[in-house]
This record gives sequence, C-alpha cells and structure tokens, in this order.
Amino acid sequence: MIPFDYHAPKTLQKAMRLVREHGDDASVLAGGHSLIPLMKLRFAAPAVVIDLGGIGGLKKVTAGHETITIGALATHYAVESHRLLPGKCRLLPETASEIGDVQVRNRGTVGGSIAHADPAADWPAAMLALNAQFDIAGPSGERAVAASDFFVGLFTTALQAGEVLTRIRIATPPENSGGAYVKMRQSASGFALAGVAAQVALDSAGNCASVAVGVTGVASVAYRAHAVEDALRGRGLDAIAEAAAHAADGVEEFQEDHHASADYRAHLARVFAQRALTRAFERAT
Amino acid sequence: MPVSKTVGARIKRREDPRLIQGLAHYVDDIKLPNTLHVAILRSPYSHARIGAIDTDAAQNLPGVKAVVTGSDIKDTIGGIPCAATDPEGFPGIKVPHHPVLAIDKARFVGEPIAAVAATSAYIARDALDLIEVDYDPLDAVNSADAAFADGAPVLHEDWDDNMAFTWQIAGGDIDAAFAEADHIVSQRIEHQRLVPNPMETRGVLAEYMRGKDQLTIWSSTQIPHLLRTQLSIMLDMAENHVRVIAPEVGGGFGCKLNVYAEEALLGHMAKTLGQPVKWIEGRRENFLHTIHGRDQTGVVELAVKNDGAILGLKYAVTADVGAYYQLLTPAIPTLTGLMLCGSYTFQNVQMDLKAAFTNKMATDAYRGAGRPEATYLIERMIDIAAHDLGLDPLDVRRKNFIGTDAFPHETGTALAYDSGDYTAALDRAVEMADYDALRWQQAELRDQGRYLGIGFSTYVEICGMGPSAAMPAGGWESSTVRVDPTGKVTVLTGVSPHGQGQETTFAQLVADGLGVGLADIRIIHGDTDAVQYGIGTFGSRATAVGGTAMVHAMGKIKDKVIKIAAHLMESNPQDIVLEDDKYCVQGAPESGLTLAEIAQVAHVGVGLPPETEPGLAESHFFEPPNFTYPFGTHIAVVEVDADTGEVELQRYIAVDDCGNIINPLIVEGQVHGGIAQGVGQALYEEAIYDESGQMLTGSFMDYALPKAHNFPRFELGNTVTPSPVNPMGVKGVGEAGTIGSTPAIANAVIDALKPFGVRHIDLPLRPEKLWKLMQERNDDSL
Repeated sequence: MIPFDYHAPKTLQKAMRLVREHGDDASVLAGGHSLIPLMKLRFAAPAVVIDLGGIGGLKKVTAGHETITIGALATHYAVESHRLLPGKCRLLPETASEIGDVQVRNRGTVGGSIAHADPAADWPAAMLALNAQFDIAGPSGERAVAASDFFVGLFTTALQAGEVLTRIRIATPPENSGGAYVKMRQSASGFALAGVAAQVALDSAGNCASVAVGVTGVASVAYRAHAVEDALRGRGLDAIAEAAAHAADGVEEFQEDHHASADYRAHLARVFAQRALTRAFERAT
Repeated sequence: MPVSKTVGARIKRREDPRLIQGLAHYVDDIKLPNTLHVAILRSPYSHARIGAIDTDAAQNLPGVKAVVTGSDIKDTIGGIPCAATDPEGFPGIKVPHHPVLAIDKARFVGEPIAAVAATSAYIARDALDLIEVDYDPLDAVNSADAAFADGAPVLHEDWDDNMAFTWQIAGGDIDAAFAEADHIVSQRIEHQRLVPNPMETRGVLAEYMRGKDQLTIWSSTQIPHLLRTQLSIMLDMAENHVRVIAPEVGGGFGCKLNVYAEEALLGHMAKTLGQPVKWIEGRRENFLHTIHGRDQTGVVELAVKNDGAILGLKYAVTADVGAYYQLLTPAIPTLTGLMLCGSYTFQNVQMDLKAAFTNKMATDAYRGAGRPEATYLIERMIDIAAHDLGLDPLDVRRKNFIGTDAFPHETGTALAYDSGDYTAALDRAVEMADYDALRWQQAELRDQGRYLGIGFSTYVEICGMGPSAAMPAGGWESSTVRVDPTGKVTVLTGVSPHGQGQETTFAQLVADGLGVGLADIRIIHGDTDAVQYGIGTFGSRATAVGGTAMVHAMGKIKDKVIKIAAHLMESNPQDIVLEDDKYCVQGAPESGLTLAEIAQVAHVGVGLPPETEPGLAESHFFEPPNFTYPFGTHIAVVEVDADTGEVELQRYIAVDDCGNIINPLIVEGQVHGGIAQGVGQALYEEAIYDESGQMLTGSFMDYALPKAHNFPRFELGNTVTPSPVNPMGVKGVGEAGTIGSTPAIANAVIDALKPFGVRHIDLPLRPEKLWKLMQERNDDSL
C-alpha cells in the first residue's frame, strides 16, 4: 500500500486548517466513490487524505420557501428520500434516484460528485438547470460560485487549491414550475451516456416564462443548452420539439468511446431534451 | 418422477443459510498462520519480447520474501496443460508450450511475468512496481482476420503462421442438399468474446508440509481431482502427495474448469519457501487472465425449400482462441459443430473451422461452451430463412422439428438425441405467450410508430457430459455412500458443486432412497483426500452423471440394509419394503426397523446374516451410455425505442424440458440465472481489445453485465420428457437458460426492426447500433 496520512476532522474549521497545511499533498475525501477507486488503481496517490465524513454540519438538506440547501456531504439518498423535495423541486430527487445503485446512493455524496466533475455525472446537469450556487470555503474566506461558472472542463472546476465545496444553494422554484431529469445509462457503469435536466416556469398562458436546461455525458464538461432555452422562452409545449433540436449546438468537444459515438450522444441530448422539457411542462401545469 | 417424499418438492437450498449469512468459507476466508501473500506482475503489452528482468529493488523491499520470474522456474514447473490436442481429432494442431511465467515473449496483456511473495498483500503489490522488465513491443494480432493476414506478426515462432488448428465435421450429402435447394440463405454471424465473471474471482492458497512431503492446494476450482492430477505432473510430485480442496466456490460458469498458472506457481512457492502462500485474483486480473468465452465468426449457409423445409447447413468459421490453449480450448468450437442440426431433421451438415492464435487471453468453456454458438446460429438462420421466404418463423420451426416419435434420433453429426417432444414445449410456450395476440398487438403498435418484437428460440443442447469415449479426460462420475452407526448418511461425490445446489438435490435423493431425514444427510465434495476420484462439475453433468453414481451406490447400501433387516425380522429380503422411513415386512409397518437401527447392527457386527461384511459403505463409478439432450422453447417480447435504440425486455417466456425434476425451485433458479447470462450476451456484454491488444473492457465500469432491473418477471413453464440414459430420467439444466435465451432476444429485436428491412444484427444489440440501423433505413427510404 502506498502510505498516506489520514485525518478525520470533526469541524470544517479543522478541515480547512489541514487543507491549508498540506496544500497539494492532500486530497479531500467525501463519500469515497471517486477518490478511493482512483487510489486503488494508483492513479491518485495523495500523501494526506482529509476525510470530511465526520463533519456533521455538512450533511443537512433543507427545503425552505425561498431556498433549498444541500450540505456538500449529504448523500444522494438523503436528497432522493427527502420528505419535502418532491413537492418543492422534483428535479432534485429525480436526479438522485438516477445515480448508480442503492449502495452508491447511500454512500456517495452530492458535493463529492459535483467537486469531482466527472463529465458523465448526473448532478452537474441538474445543478445547471436549477442555477445552483455553490458555497466554497477557502484560505481567504468564503465565496459563492454559480453552477454555470463552476464546471470548467473534464474533471476540472472553479475550485482553487485549498478550497472545499461546503454547500449547494438553490432558489426554491416558484409555483407553476416543473423540472425533470432524463438519462440513458452507460450499461456498465450507470453513468450518463447523455442526461438532460430541464427546469421551466410557466406564465398564466401556459407559455415558458423561464427555462434552464443542463446536459451531461455528452461533452467534456456539463453545459447549459442556451440555444434550446432561447428557442423556447415565451413559447408553449408545441415549441419543445423544435427547441430541443438545439441541445447539442455549440459543443466543442464531444465525449466519444466504445459505449457511444459523438453523433449518438448529440442525438441523445436532443431526444432527452425533448423528453425532459415535455415532462417538466407537464409537471408545471 | 412422482413426488415421493422430498424428490420433486420445492425444497429450499440447504446451502443458502451459510451463503447469505456470510458463514461460507471461500479460499480467501481460509487463514493459515505465517501465510505469505503473492502478487503477480502481468504484461502490460499484448505482444513483446522480454529482455532482462531486474528484481533487485523488489527483493530488497522490506517484507518481500521472494521474487520469481520465468527463467527461475522454467525447469521446475511444467507447462500449463491442454487436454484437447489429440492430432487424430485435430490433424496438424500446433501445441505451443504454455509457460507458467512468460519467458522470452509476452503474448497477451495480463500474461504472468513474475510473482512476489511478501508478508502482506500490500507489500507484495508495492513490490510489483519495483520490478523492471525490459520489453521490446511487437505488433499485435487482435483478431482472427488479423492473425491470418499476409505478413501478420507470428505469435509462436516455432511455426510460420498463426493457424492454431483446423477441424471439420460433415454429415449426409451436403452438395446434394445445396443442389436441391430452392434458396441458399446466407449470413455472416459473429459470436462476440465474453468474460465469464463469476462473483468470486479465482484464488489459491497453498501449504507444503515438509515432514509428510504433502502439498495442499485450496483453489476456487470446478475440478479438484483433475487439477490434482495435472498439478502433480506440472510440479513433478507423486499424485497421492498432492491434495486439492475446492472450498466454497462462488460461481464458475466454466472458467474454473481449468488449470491455471497461479495454481502451479503457488504450489511451487509454498514448497520452496516453506510457508503457506495465498493469491486472490483481483477483478481486473480476472478480466485479463481468466478464460474468455465464444469468439467465433463465420458464414452460415442454409439450403431451404420454398415451403421452409431445411435441407442442409454449411458453416465456415474462424475461432479466435487467444494466445495459448487452456485446458479445453480446442474442444469448445467442436461442440458447436456437433450441435449444428439443432432441433431439426435435416442431416446434411458441414462445418469447417480454422482457429487462430491472437494476442488475447485464451477462450475456453463458458456456460454453454460451444452449444450457444450452434443454437444461436441455427435459430438465427431459421428466422432469416423465414424472413426471406415470407414465412412465420414459428411455422418454419414446426415444419423442421424432429418428430416426437423419432427418438432416439441420430443427427447428421452422429449424436443420438435421447428423448424429446419439441412440439409439446413449443405449444406450451406459445400458449403462455398468447402468440396470436402478440402479433396483433405488434401490428397495432407499428401503426403508431412503435416497434414490438417477438423472438423464438427452440433449442436442444447436450448435457450430462458424458460418455468417456467422447470426453477429453473421462466422462464418468463417482460416489461413496456411508451410513454411520447412528444412521447418519454421508455422501462423497466426485462432482464439485459451486452454486448448482447438489447438497440439496442429492440429499433429497438419499432421503427418499434410504428413508432418512434431510438433516441426517451430509454431502461432501471438493476434497481429493476425502473423496474418491471424480471428474467435477461442468457441462450440466453433476446430477445426470454424479447423481446417478450416487443412486447406484445407494442402491447397494439399500440391498445390504434390506438383507440385514430381513435377517433380523426372520423374513425374506424380497418381502422387505421401505415405508415411512422404516424397513418392514410388507403389510406390517409397526414392526419395522429404521436405518439407524440397522446401521447399528451393521457396525456392532453381531446379528448379521451369514457371509455379510460388517460396516455400511458402498461406492459406485458410473459411466454414462450417452449424453442427455434437454430442450425447450423460449419466447422474448421486446420493444425497441425508435428514438434511442434502447431495448426494453417486456416479457420472457421459457418452457424448458430437463427430464424429471428433483427440485423445481433449484431448476427455476438455474433457468433464471441462465436466461440472465444469455440476455447479457444478446444485449450488453462484449470483451473488446483495441488494435494494440489492450482490453478496453477490463472492469465493471466498461464491461456491462445485466442487472436485476433489466428484467421482467420470467414466465416459466416446463414439460417433462424423461431421459432413458440414467435411472432418474434427469437431463440437466445448468446451461439451458443461457443457450436458449440469446437467440430468443436477438430474434425478438430483429423482428422488431423488420419494418426497417433489418435481417440480421450482430451481438450485442446495443442501442446505438440499433439506432444507426433505423436511421440508415429511414434515410434510404427518403
């Protein structure tokens, strides 16, 4: 075994001190579903592992009138099973329920997945569609980054050295809004070959007042499908098919492997954009 | 077989409580003091010359006890054996030396290069990174086509090319059949490479006791006795000083029907190091260096009449067998040849096989072993013929079925099918499926742009392997039945169950046969020091052959018990019957004796009839006169999503006939698992090597196994046509589900895409492949 020091701080302050102290030598451990496999494969060999699992304050999920907050260490299952979320923001538990399997959802964390930024992970799509804000603790204090600025590239985020994602904040969607997440699983890993999260709010005429669409699995990084949104805003259900056709517009670098070609992924983005938007509209009315 | 007491009843498996409570002992659960842990350095190259290997740094790592390379052991450990290289069967076969650790050349990614023994598994693994190997990479051969191409790199340089062997089978008059045909239906068909993936990977623990010169090998194997024989040869030890134990074995599917490098290597290391050594295969190692299945590609031609009557079949095929042979590698595709006639009457048949060495892991027996290939291709060809002739695939099957009154039936490949009623199984499945309603529903949905598909597979397969004359290393089986003085019964069986449930089914047979409770019976297997020589568990043979050996041994016990009972009751043996677990004079059950009472007399040795040996133990070795041939009809109903190409398996109907059934619950379990594995081949699984011979699908992140949520509730039925081959009338059911299901799914998916003019698609039927076909055909029609 490649030796490493293991720390399990009980408070965020202690964790941040350790992160500062060890700098690049340290890796932060949340649910262990990304870092541990990498270490077992010897692709990652941190000298110090800082396990955030003991920090109770980072596990909480709350669903208020104004804001939904998800502690970075909340498990996928905590979101999936939250009593109030289905009524307040269906997209969140629906996305959680599409992740891995029961064991993975019981152990893996929302924050860990977001910070890891796997291009085929499910959360980035939902976070983009919900305009989530990520609270980040760092050496020079706290800052907040919008999801649309957070996912920078393949396994790359806006997190700087010494920074830790602590909390996800989402504005509770208003009345007359609906969201949905639709994906095709890569048949082995369960990650998204393509996954589309859509969140819409309708006006009194049933037309689209606001819309956000996040796409994962398709490109080297999850992205907002702005072209779809622009084509749909102010329009109704019957405009979805036409709008969804733009779901892969502007993608510079597609994911491509023996599981799915770039063309197929782009096609799936369009199909699932249509399905996710249709479902989101239905849920909004 | 009628339900007597326990036989025929749905009795829960006696194995399961220990398995589901974590109380079972697999190889890794066996801990011996002072054990060293072994890690294996494997070739990262698919094809490379090996120069110097520098092990100094690894040797010097604290905790490392030994580093072994190919040159260290090449004179002390013999080659890895193959039992199917008889030049009479395979004229001109090339049999390369298969070293335990590669010597001058590495020929596939994952091939063992060196081994480290250390005080912990972590240290052993760390030490691998310190071994420096001087590799000179060579071009890779990654397919049979590449192997046969002009100028292809040659794997085994004792020869000029990569042609491993050829094999041919022919029956009837193939030329006449093709001359007489109205149509020749032709299709190229691939059987992709698969990874068996038992839940427990392989693992070996070896201990050597110098004082007794005894080597004990615990290995996750299906064949402890055959392994003992082979290890004694490889390690040059007397066979009776080698003991092999197969403890709890977590699945095999054929991949543990083998002799692997690690088994010999650890035996050698235990002996030379004087400490126990253990190696537990990692999942990635398992993907790379435990045998693979299938990997045949060929062109099938079917000679048919306009009315769907099949006259003959030709199959020209190449098998990509990998870099070396494992135990049965060349034999596997020959099973395909034997079963080419399927459930059908045609006698004119020919298969020409060419096998190629490639820079991949060896292929060998994987659940079904050669028969799935045969069933898949004939069942596909029937559907293609029906498609081309405009006939219902069901009608084509019925037309060509071997008649119920035609058994035993000799095939064009000289097999003798023992018994069958193919139409009965088909009728039952069609009724369960409500076939006409399905076709009507299909038509309705097509009008809505939805694509439902209905697929049939009417399979027959070979089980109960088998007569020794037809097997590479013995086809018989053995059993000893012992009754203790207290009446407890112990069965020693030569088979080596690893999930098939014989600790339950064999106990049922004993309970009914000797009149004892299930709890009083113990089935012992998998320990060569405890059990008389046997062959093992594979080829759906354990009950049909091993069970029969036990039934015969039990019969000898019963004869003796009755003789003693008659003497004690001053009666004649022919008047003694077993009633309510008592041996009594017919009509007088109240004065009967239990097995325990009689066993006590047999062991005390007083009161025995004249000329009767004391004790109560008997053995039997059973040589089966023939294979058994289970059959059935499977029907799959799928819907293909026109937008994405995703396949939804909506219904699965399976009517299997495995002869008499000892325990329906266990039969259903075998069928369930078999269907799932066959569906895996149809929809998900594929071992992919890239151009350079790297495996792209070397983990569960990239190699897709079917999961529970992929399946509907199976609708199972059965017909019962007893086999005349053994007294129980059983056939075997370990592989039937796998053999039957792959073509049913393929036929259903291709049926769904019929409106797009699709006639054949190679497996696995991944969504993108189907979507592209639908796209192309849509574009064509524009």
